[in-house]
Amino acid sequence: MTTTATFRIWRGDSTGGDFKDYATAVSEGMVVLDAVHQIQAEQANDLAVRWNCKAGKCGSCSAEVNGNPRLMCMTRLNQLDLSAPVTVEPMRTFPPVKDLVTDVSWNFQVKKGIRRFKPQPAGADGTWRMAQPDVERVQEFRKCIECFLCQDVCHVLREHQMFDRFAGPRHLVYAAALEMHPLDSENRVRDLKDAQGIGYCNITKCCTKVCPEDITITDNAIIPLKERVVDQLYDPVARLFRMVRGGSHDV
Amino acid sequence: MPDYQTHEHDVLVVGAGGAGLRAAIEASRAGASVGLVCKSLLGKAHTVMAEGGIAAALGNVDDRDSWKVHFADTMRGGQYVNNWRMAELHAREAPDRVRELEAWGAMFDRTKDGRILQRNFGGHRYPRLAHVGDRTGLEMIRTLQDHGIHQGIDVHMECTITRLLKDGDRVVGAFGYERERGRFKLFRSRAVVLATGGVGRAFKITSNSWEYTGDGHTLAYDAGAELIDMEFVQFHPTGMVWPPSVRGILVTEGVRGEGGVLRNNQQRRFMFDDIPENYRAQTADDEEEGWRYTQGDKNARRPPELLTRDHVSRCIVRELKEGRGSPHGGVYLDISWIKDRIPNAAEHIKKKLPSMYHQFKQLADIDITREPMEVGPTTHYIMGGVRVDAETQMSNVPGLFAAGECAAGINGANRLGGNSLSDLLVFGKRAGEFAAAFARHETIGTIDDRQVDDAARQALEPFDRGTQGEGPYQVQYALQDMMQDLVGIVRNEPEMRRALDCLARLRERAASVGVGGHREYNPGWHAALDLHNLLTVSEAITRSAIARTESRGGHFREDHPDKDAAFSTVNIAVRRESDGGMAVSRAANPAMPDELKSIIEEMK
Repeated sequence: MTTTATFRIWRGDSTGGDFKDYATAVSEGMVVLDAVHQIQAEQANDLAVRWNCKAGKCGSCSAEVNGNPRLMCMTRLNQLDLSAPVTVEPMRTFPPVKDLVTDVSWNFQVKKGIRRFKPQPAGADGTWRMAQPDVERVQEFRKCIECFLCQDVCHVLREHQMFDRFAGPRHLVYAAALEMHPLDSENRVRDLKDAQGIGYCNITKCCTKVCPEDITITDNAIIPLKERVVDQLYDPVARLFRMVRGGSHDV
Repeated sequence: MPDYQTHEHDVLVVGAGGAGLRAAIEASRAGASVGLVCKSLLGKAHTVMAEGGIAAALGNVDDRDSWKVHFADTMRGGQYVNNWRMAELHAREAPDRVRELEAWGAMFDRTKDGRILQRNFGGHRYPRLAHVGDRTGLEMIRTLQDHGIHQGIDVHMECTITRLLKDGDRVVGAFGYERERGRFKLFRSRAVVLATGGVGRAFKITSNSWEYTGDGHTLAYDAGAELIDMEFVQFHPTGMVWPPSVRGILVTEGVRGEGGVLRNNQQRRFMFDDIPENYRAQTADDEEEGWRYTQGDKNARRPPELLTRDHVSRCIVRELKEGRGSPHGGVYLDISWIKDRIPNAAEHIKKKLPSMYHQFKQLADIDITREPMEVGPTTHYIMGGVRVDAETQMSNVPGLFAAGECAAGINGANRLGGNSLSDLLVFGKRAGEFAAAFARHETIGTIDDRQVDDAARQALEPFDRGTQGEGPYQVQYALQDMMQDLVGIVRNEPEMRRALDCLARLRERAASVGVGGHREYNPGWHAALDLHNLLTVSEAITRSAIARTESRGGHFREDHPDKDAAFSTVNIAVRRESDGGMAVSRAANPAMPDELKSIIEEMK
């Protein structure tokens, strides 16, 4: 089965750009990334695209396919209507660099601002014990491949451009993995409120819908963190308790 | 000299996979200022693809395990041409490197008593691989990345090094370009650590990403370093074969570790048909014993599916050649059959092999809990690379270090699954430590302008030829087809001689490749520059493979199908001659101390 399909790919850079149509042969089993590579090899050598693993494991080839945030390597052509042109454009939340490549450096800066893992002292034999169910709760978050599709759809970032006040779902998942790590002894609750701006998330769950790793971002990561913020920073009883005990390290 | 963006570091690490990150962390911990260069974004390196686990004799699941058993397994797997000192250091230090990851936040799967769980893998006598489902590489790279970003390391993302710069004999820096704007960068450093991974893109069917173009191998070779063992390429037995667009993508050995079996189109478990003599005593007598082994029975021996990768790949090729393959040119790998043995098998499979389940479901419409997969060999790893000192990881060029896949020695003729991630940690750490120590006693060298200007001029040549020149991808594809056909799993001298002729012609074609567009994020340009590296490693593989007139590990010669004792103590080495030609020689592997010899004897 070989037919031809048209891919309407955004070509441009930080100064602007436009869609350009490319017709290319498609065959069984192809994914959008294959089509983009074929076009790059045969018609447009300078077509810029990021990719690495081609198996949904590295999170490099994020783009918007027919308007949906997707990994191009995991989007089969047989899931798309090929009778009309397939549009492929970069993630729109981030500044364009060239063609399908965007400037995602902001994400790396935000992550640096989250306090690192700080383990409790190890046991007598120098190692730690953890129960599998406790580990699994956090492993869900550690499946994250940093494709930033959740950041791309988050309206706090996409529409409201609050990059200086809100860390976005990816980094709340990251913080959740640290906060719920059975061995961690750091406290990030005050930071979550002030630096990561967790209050800006109003739980529309758009991030959860696009996650290629099926992480239940809102319910399992963000809401429990929001509860911690409320419990520790707004609960008057807990506050009084802290005043009496005189420390702030107990949160 | 024009104005290049210049950076100065005590230690420059090239590559940010497991080895590069671990080296950067260690060098930084030792007080060196560190620059870390990577071709992709941070955290996307090929390590992320590793699935099965990290081999380390922690003894959590079977307390009979120890570094000695791990050492003996590694040597046996490598057919004894390994650098024995590296194999020893690796086996001794891997457990500490794994525990260290846990201290940095890694979350491995657990045993019932809460310790790090370990799984069975090919060639390892006891359950030894610390793992996280089948996404151990992601866990490892993320742990190192998240730890590393707080260490004060300067990370230069999406930057490619095209040349190492020297002051006399010593390496004192590197030249490259950043992808985004296409600007040139000049790095001055007291030491350079190469951690660039492998060469898989020299072959058509590969599990490797675009990054694996032999950069570190070629940078080192061009700078005068010796490469050894380049004939030893690992063809992983289980890559996807269908649909065509996913051909080569890895199917983890963990599938077999969890009880998956290989069958031909007659439903025969063909791996029982050919068990090598040196593994016979360790291999199950029948299917029942093999199954018990995968389920943790300490008195059972492993099923033949878990023999070393080189052997399993050759058995699959045999089945294919003799017409017993699957419809799409593979054999069947079946994990779904375990539903006859355990309750809730589907859930168990999804839990133990989540990303394999996902991968087949999404890319091939196959539900691995219900039906078998079709698999065939895929180019996965190169055992050969920069010859390094076992303790320090320094090459024969002062100031130039190498670690991980681009360095050679630990694996000999064949790498055991799981030994790569531990190699990255053990020798990444050592490279960082000793590069920092080296840097402490060295001055910043002098880099003469001509070297740099020459590198810049060369990098821009494809633009000078413009779109009149041949496109870079056509040359790359021709090279991949040729290497796959002529220097693949089964080799012979006439075909490899032909390969050398083809390589000479491909070099001419590469020299006339042209690209259009401008320098900003231009993949065509990058592909054109990668050709030199791919051609260099292809030539090194071919010449080394011609020189080793025997079969051993990953190197199989149908014209010399047996092992030859004359080659049991030598490594094939290549080095660049002053006229630019490639010199091939035999380098003697030093004699093993009696203490290690007796360990190998004991474990036989």
